[in-house]
Amino acid sequence: MAMRRDDCLRVLARHRGDAIVVATYQAGFDWMRIAPHPLNYVSIGAMGQASSHALGLALGRPDKRVIVLDGDGSLLMNLGTLATIAAAAPANLIHFVCQNGCYEANGSHPLPNAAAIDFPAIARGAGIAHTAAFDDIAVFEAALPAFLATPGPVFAALHIVAGDPSPQDYAYIHSAEARRRFKDALTG
Amino acid sequence: MTANLPGPSGAAMLDAIAAANVRFVAAVPDIVTSDGLLWPLSRDGRFRLIRLCKEDEGVSICTGLAFTGHRAVLMMQQTGLMDSLNAIRAIAVEYRQPVCMVVGMQGKEPEVRVRDSARYGVRIVPPILDVMGIEHIEIEGPGDEAALTAAIERAYREERPVVALIGRTVQ
Repeated sequence: MAMRRDDCLRVLARHRGDAIVVATYQAGFDWMRIAPHPLNYVSIGAMGQASSHALGLALGRPDKRVIVLDGDGSLLMNLGTLATIAAAAPANLIHFVCQNGCYEANGSHPLPNAAAIDFPAIARGAGIAHTAAFDDIAVFEAALPAFLATPGPVFAALHIVAGDPSPQDYAYIHSAEARRRFKDALTG
Repeated sequence: MTANLPGPSGAAMLDAIAAANVRFVAAVPDIVTSDGLLWPLSRDGRFRLIRLCKEDEGVSICTGLAFTGHRAVLMMQQTGLMDSLNAIRAIAVEYRQPVCMVVGMQGKEPEVRVRDSARYGVRIVPPILDVMGIEHIEIEGPGDEAALTAAIERAYREERPVVALIGRTVQ
């Protein structure tokens, strides 16, 4: 069973509040379409780095929740981030990985051993105490408020398939304008 | 008599970093800076140390912190610098972020400049940084430490990365 990614993100958008959302690749493009907001941080720069940007933001602004929308291929490129986050232990960091088992942005080639990868187990093994996995949209919606209210760092795998396509605006995510908008919103 | 060439003072380096209003340090351990700098830093209440699994995490963590108005330094060995070049290229250089890196030059001979090292993995570092347009300074011995403060200040003022190459074991 799997959820449409855009359905998941619409649910999350209803509970986002004033959180910073760090979103990457396909989840990032969907998020920009579904939930445009000045506190969206899309300037990831290099694959795998979303959660590390988020850790810096979370440590620097402990007064704000920081939500990461990671990809499974991206997280596999930076698995050590889970141990780093667990050690730094920011209470305001919420890490979602959108798990579709492939490198969707690069031709949808499968991840190595995709069907067997258990990200919540890996996160728990790295020291993140509170983890979850969701593959049903109604269950996800019902559980989300309590999950977001749990002191972090927390981690959840979202078993998803692609929903409606979103514009792949690489020029914007790499632009100085995107960084300026976020910085102005965060410091304004 | 190369063995007697003194390295930079770790205490002076910590003071120089603190003088630039740096409060966060992200680090992967490096043997050049381990005993003289990273261990003392880990016990220094002026800093919050973020221990990393891999160096490119630190490029992004320092950038996230910069967006929140906090200054940070990333410590690593030159091998980690080489391993992180894509993140440094994209995030620090192309995004114009003040990522300040303190890099231990493991294997460099004490008596020579970095670019004159007989070791390939050492002497290629300055030309690579030059090609990438990244300012780099060399911290070799006593008296060089204070240059860290000015380099970090320039990086944040001009929104660009800087690398300090540590050429001898920190004492």
